[in-house]
Amino acid sequence: MTLIFYIAASVAVIATVLVITQTNAVHALLYLIVSLLSVALVFYTLGAPFIAILEVIVYAGAIMVLFLFAIMILNLGPQASEQERQWLQPGIWRGPAILAAILAAELIYLFVASGGQLPATTAVEPQEVGKALFGPYLLGVELASLLLLAGLVGAYHLARRPEPREQGGKA
Amino acid sequence: MASVSMEYGLILAGILFTLGLVGVLVRRNLLFMLLSIEIMLNAAGLAFVVAGARWAQPDGQVIFLFILTMAAAEVSVGLALILQIYRHMKTLDADAADEMRG
Repeated sequence: MTLIFYIAASVAVIATVLVITQTNAVHALLYLIVSLLSVALVFYTLGAPFIAILEVIVYAGAIMVLFLFAIMILNLGPQASEQERQWLQPGIWRGPAILAAILAAELIYLFVASGGQLPATTAVEPQEVGKALFGPYLLGVELASLLLLAGLVGAYHLARRPEPREQGGKA
Repeated sequence: MASVSMEYGLILAGILFTLGLVGVLVRRNLLFMLLSIEIMLNAAGLAFVVAGARWAQPDGQVIFLFILTMAAAEVSVGLALILQIYRHMKTLDADAADEMRG
């Protein structure tokens, strides 16, 4: 189980590095799906099978398909990839990469120095998650449903094409 | 079952989060910035699940579910905004949207 965790973690990190360095949007999206699937495997090795399945279905499935639809609607061709390559000069990586490396080193130091090898593979079954979700967190579930409704209405309103009459009035 | 220690799970979450941060800082394309924000949200959820597994409590997984819901709502609204910006400005450059004119 430990070996699977390390392999999945390495795949996740490498795939994420490829996501932020790709110039083609669809390639970056596919690498992100690989990263999310390996994080799902990490969840499984940590004893959270329910979350692993949800990661595959909702994150790698639904949310990434949403991105794919947006890329298809935007209709980005080869010239978009070329423009990305122009924006991504090697020089602009320097500042953010150094700052983020310092931040990552600090985080890793904190996690390593904080304690001594505490095991984190106590399996939490879906039944317990469901009991907690519809017990003490019931209000949170209601609020989450309200948030999804707001997201639905907001996305419909924002992505709507303007009416021709309205456009004429503006011009 | 050999156990994965909590530190390594948290280190993975930290590395993924900083990679997402680099993505947001470096990219100028709005679509890639949204993808990097997804990476960061996922890393934060991973940290919650690792902590939940450490203390054998379901709360970490419940919070991951809420993060998942929030990410879905955020992506749908964010992509709709990106579509509108592309329609108005004919570009996905984040610098093009710095003027407050409609």
